[in-house]
Amino acid sequence: MLRKLFKFHGGVKPETHKDSSTTQAIAKAPLPALLKVPLHQSIGGTPRPLVRAGEKVLKGQRIGGADGNVSSAVHAPTSGTVIAVEPVLMAHASGLSTLSVMIEPDGEDRWIERHPIDLRATPADEIRDYLRDQGVVGLGGAVFPSHLKLKTSRTKPTRTLIINGAECEPFITCDDMLMRERAPQIVSGMLIMQHILGAEEVLVGIEDNKPAAVESMKAAVAAAGVEGCSVVAIPTRYPAGGAKQLIRVLTGIEVPHGARSTDYGVQCFNVGTAYAIHEALDLDQPLISRIVTVAGNVGQPRNYEVLIGTPMNELAAHAGEQAGTDAYIMGGPMMGFRMPAFDVPVVKATNCVLVSSPSLFPPAPPEMNCIRCGECAKACPADLQPFELYWFSRARNFGKAQEYHLFDCIECGCCSYVCPSHIRLVDYYRFAKSEIWARERDKEAADAARERFDFRNLRQEREKQEKAARLAAKAAETRAKLASDSGGEASQEAGEAPTAAEQAKKALIAAALKKAKQQKEGAPVPPRNTENLSPDTLAEIDAVEARRAAARQETE
Amino acid sequence: MNTSPYLRKTTAVNSVMLRVLIALLPAIGAYVWQFGAAILVQLAIATATALIAEAAMLALRGKPATLYLTDLSAVVTAWLIALTFSPISPWWLTAVATLTAIVIAKHLYGGLGQNPFNPAMVAFCTMIVAFPALMSQWPGAGQLDFHTQLELIMGGARQLDAITAATPLDALRTGLREGGANVTVPQLMEGSAFGILGGAGWEWIALAYLVGGLFLLQQRIITWHMPAAFLLALAACALLMWGMRPDRFASPLFHIASGGSMLAAFFIVTDPVSGATTPKGKLIFAAGIGALTFVIRSFGAYPDGIAFAVLLLNICVPLIDMQTQPAVFGHKQD
Repeated sequence: MLRKLFKFHGGVKPETHKDSSTTQAIAKAPLPALLKVPLHQSIGGTPRPLVRAGEKVLKGQRIGGADGNVSSAVHAPTSGTVIAVEPVLMAHASGLSTLSVMIEPDGEDRWIERHPIDLRATPADEIRDYLRDQGVVGLGGAVFPSHLKLKTSRTKPTRTLIINGAECEPFITCDDMLMRERAPQIVSGMLIMQHILGAEEVLVGIEDNKPAAVESMKAAVAAAGVEGCSVVAIPTRYPAGGAKQLIRVLTGIEVPHGARSTDYGVQCFNVGTAYAIHEALDLDQPLISRIVTVAGNVGQPRNYEVLIGTPMNELAAHAGEQAGTDAYIMGGPMMGFRMPAFDVPVVKATNCVLVSSPSLFPPAPPEMNCIRCGECAKACPADLQPFELYWFSRARNFGKAQEYHLFDCIECGCCSYVCPSHIRLVDYYRFAKSEIWARERDKEAADAARERFDFRNLRQEREKQEKAARLAAKAAETRAKLASDSGGEASQEAGEAPTAAEQAKKALIAAALKKAKQQKEGAPVPPRNTENLSPDTLAEIDAVEARRAAARQETE
Repeated sequence: MNTSPYLRKTTAVNSVMLRVLIALLPAIGAYVWQFGAAILVQLAIATATALIAEAAMLALRGKPATLYLTDLSAVVTAWLIALTFSPISPWWLTAVATLTAIVIAKHLYGGLGQNPFNPAMVAFCTMIVAFPALMSQWPGAGQLDFHTQLELIMGGARQLDAITAATPLDALRTGLREGGANVTVPQLMEGSAFGILGGAGWEWIALAYLVGGLFLLQQRIITWHMPAAFLLALAACALLMWGMRPDRFASPLFHIASGGSMLAAFFIVTDPVSGATTPKGKLIFAAGIGALTFVIRSFGAYPDGIAFAVLLLNICVPLIDMQTQPAVFGHKQD
């Protein structure tokens, strides 16, 4: 059956480097001497630690409880002893630390008791809560809590469920191998999602450079005997695996920046997430491990099933890390991030540990001037004019940059990749975005400060008048007393004085309130990028803020 | 700090420029074949001047000399100047023109990528205003031997009638002016300056530019928008007037095959730095040049109007770009 596919604008076709890590089956990574499990592993609130130093934990035992609904639990990846709960360097480019549970494995790998739930008898709300407590998050890299995505929009039923097996980044093959080896489990997870969302059709999108995965998924779908589900091979073109690009390719729908795909009747999950959902619900196994591609400057690139918390250097050493390594990149070469140290732990977001060396990724040639050749505009999957954004960002003309849709940029890196002048375009956009966020926060803070100041002035003025009124009243009282001593006429006057003062006070407050209200109404409301942000972006902003604070401290 | 993406395509500015130079080679070959080797001397003069001027300006501005000298953009400008000038121009004319382009039109505006005007066209317009006589002395095909050409380039005395012939566009305009109502275009076209489609000799060079242009399209260095819009607009204007008064106006084919039309369509209008950048903007920009070219050719004071048309449209580029921003992902229909 041929399906009509849609094109997205732009994209690039870098060398894929995927062959060498797919020659061998997924291997279990050895148990490390120490697991460092960060509590904050998803978008949203940081889970509360549920264990203390010295406590024994079992494999799958919850060690971090979800903090509110936008959060996701964290579990012990193996049985052992908690040595400490302390801040540890994060697997994040910021170089910040985050509260982590340090577990010394006892080698027994003993599970807690597991009781898979009966899906058909459980209402959707409970399933969602269950998934949150099983720590299931999006494994494509964004680590958005999955239970939040399993909700249909209020206005539109979710017609199409998309399973993302595109895996467009070079070097990464964890989804490919997962689909080749564990397709039936993925299909099982997929059907659970379809059930919860009530989706009519399920589309599995896989780039056509993974024929083995396509075949394996097709066979699993056929074996499950489900209707309305098709496995679709899509043209290989980076970033076809971006959720919005994949939705566009498979359905023709373009979900704009800031909108939810469910408002368009579509929802998209990574294949790894489908697998994790299967494990969490069918087997009652929380998310404690994931498939990680180890590639780059290693003797044998390969995929490993890795316990969350395993230090990256131990994993790389296992794959035969070679001399000349200068850093680890988490994720692929197009959108990945350089890790601040070698021993940062593998987290739920780690789809690939790309061992980098100067010969593999040589430093970029010097930047030259932009010649407006338009290669970047041809490559941009968001239909932006990257060179215009570059001019505006460089000139700190942030208003203009926003007018040219800076915030629609998905930082896929296509523009930097093609630029013949070797301009690090994405860095300019990251800079502009963080500046805009910072300014808007500053402005909010300044607004609050101004309000406080105005109120203080108002209060002082009021107090002054009250004092004057009090003094006047007192004087009147004294006078009245004196008068009553001499005669009874002044008593009336004395009775009126406080009322007049009170009225003046009331009028003053009313006038001030009216003025404040008018100011508020009259002031134009500037568009704010800090409104309607996805939790994803908010987390990013927090990271940026933290970096900024750290930098400020350093300079002080 | 080292940030993603860590991969990059190997294409660099100089590889783009190099391919533009390669695309000009067929036309240079045709030029030598039809008009003799003088053009090679002109190319050498322009290239040398351009590189010296570029190096001097980079040194003055404190920019890395090797990096920008090897980007080959100055060489492209130099070649375009040589190809738009008469092959028997005196050496100093070519040199001054190239200096104007590199120093004034390019570096005084901020160097590579910063110039709002096409440097080669700035040079052409400056020279045609300053030295109108010298700029209009063109040889006929196969008229002069290399020795005579060299003497003229070196500043030899010029006996105009002996050495020059009118270019087809020039012959057409003076013919119509002088002949008044007694002459018609078809009559004039029988003159020696004219060939099968355009000018004698020139039409082969135009064909070679087309070949080079197709190479640039195939290499994805230029997009179809600008050449197509420029040629179509020029042809449409010509068709309109020719359809009404075939005795007073030349045919669309003649306009396309004569003067600098083909060179402009693929190598001048398509200059990315000074041109419009959005797909719709490219169409408007190039069509504007095509239409203006026809107007200047038919009604203006100069035989070929491409250079002026390009500069006039260069002025409009910021406006065109601003008004033709394409819709971004997710914001298309509404």
